Amino acid sequence: MFKNKKNNKPWFLYHANLRVKTLFIIIVASLILISIFLSNFFINPNTALTTDFSNINQAPSFEHIFGTDWMGRDMFVRTILGLGISIGVGAFASVISTIIAIILGSLSSVNSVADEFVASVIDLFGSIPHILLIILISISCGGGFYGVILGVGLTHWTPLARVLRAEIKKIKTTEFIKLSEQLGKSKWWIIKKHIFPLVISQIIVGVILMFPHAIMHEASISFLGFGLSPHEPAIGIILAEAMGYLSTGAWWLAFYPGLSLLFIVLLFDLIGENVHKLLNPQTTNT
Amino acid sequence: METLKAEHISFGYNSKNMVLNDINFTMDNSMILGLFGDSGSGKSTFCKILTGFIDSYKGNVLLNNKSIENGFNPIQLIYQHPEKIMNPRWNMGDILKESWNPSEKILNEFGIKREWFNRYPSELSGGELQRFSILRALNPKTKFIIADEITTMLDAVTQVQIWDSLLKYAKKYNIGVLVVSHDDKLLNKITDRTILLDDLNKQ
Repeated sequence: MFKNKKNNKPWFLYHANLRVKTLFIIIVASLILISIFLSNFFINPNTALTTDFSNINQAPSFEHIFGTDWMGRDMFVRTILGLGISIGVGAFASVISTIIAIILGSLSSVNSVADEFVASVIDLFGSIPHILLIILISISCGGGFYGVILGVGLTHWTPLARVLRAEIKKIKTTEFIKLSEQLGKSKWWIIKKHIFPLVISQIIVGVILMFPHAIMHEASISFLGFGLSPHEPAIGIILAEAMGYLSTGAWWLAFYPGLSLLFIVLLFDLIGENVHKLLNPQTTNT
Repeated sequence: METLKAEHISFGYNSKNMVLNDINFTMDNSMILGLFGDSGSGKSTFCKILTGFIDSYKGNVLLNNKSIENGFNPIQLIYQHPEKIMNPRWNMGDILKESWNPSEKILNEFGIKREWFNRYPSELSGGELQRFSILRALNPKTKFIIADEITTMLDAVTQVQIWDSLLKYAKKYNIGVLVVSHDDKLLNKITDRTILLDDLNKQ
């Protein structure tokens, strides 16, 4: 066994245990996402996205690996910038959603009236079609970057709030909480020391798995024209523009940006699943 | 002399089917009292009522003729399943210190090793966990211990060790112990007197 490990240096991952593999996947996926996000700050849109009418609608080549659009802009640079914006929107929206979910989740454990109230609010938000609510909130907040963030952030907290509500209820009925009360511990002490450490893993996984939803919804409302303004290089805008050129055979305008969006979403999903594996090892194989 | 008194205790998990009916019960802290009952007779329910784990019962639980105040409960329950009353994400040191911090001498009397303090509940055996659970209940402020089938799942040797250290400690610090069991031989061996739950319970 050990001999094998030492002799196959380049293949060490193949023999590594699940924990090392899981960590490796998380680190690699995070590095890809972080580098895409950071590249946004190093690319200057004014110089990198110059219009060049001698080079319009070029098919993918080594010079422009994603091709060029109807103004001769490099599609690879536009896609990367668009993905950066998507990740930014996803991050802000997830933070807003998480804060709302934590507040409502904890509120539900105060008493039965508060619990009923939280359950109704969750059901209310769940019963309205997501995309409609996002468009309404986004427009009423003035549209643009902040409108999209608020629209996505204020609608994506329901699954996490529901999980937290159930989890807190379950923990509150356990015997060690009741014993803690008999030992004279205050409510606040019990929340801080017993309940919070047990739900923190749910919160972390919930936040990461909220990212793909937020990114997809940002792209869809931008595609529909209610989201980011048309001069921003967002993926939704790129796809909407590409619609007009698909019939002329410019397939690369929609194919590569769409594929990259899917890739980003899958990476977030992968990180979420693997972090879940690390934090809750006992439920992994069920 | 401290007295623990239960007056007119009635409780049912649903209103048609009362488990406990008008129970009156008194004990003081100088005695080791046994409570015997068959499976399903309501022993554990009675223990939970005495120690505040269930609060939707009729009647009163009084300590020195006063109702029990909020804060640390001087009547502590030791549970049949020690793993259920320990937070699985805490290590044993934190679990014990949630109640109090016993001296090295007391730890030795109960056969608890310092090195166990860094382990989690899932990494100790049932007997080791039960020692922690007992010692945690023996806070200096504790006046009464309700021991609900605390050694049922242990082998004979461990049972003797655990009862020996618990009863010695209780005698020394004047803690009243209510030993609840359906093992009449055990009750005869360690208690001063044994009462039957069926005699108290007016069905």
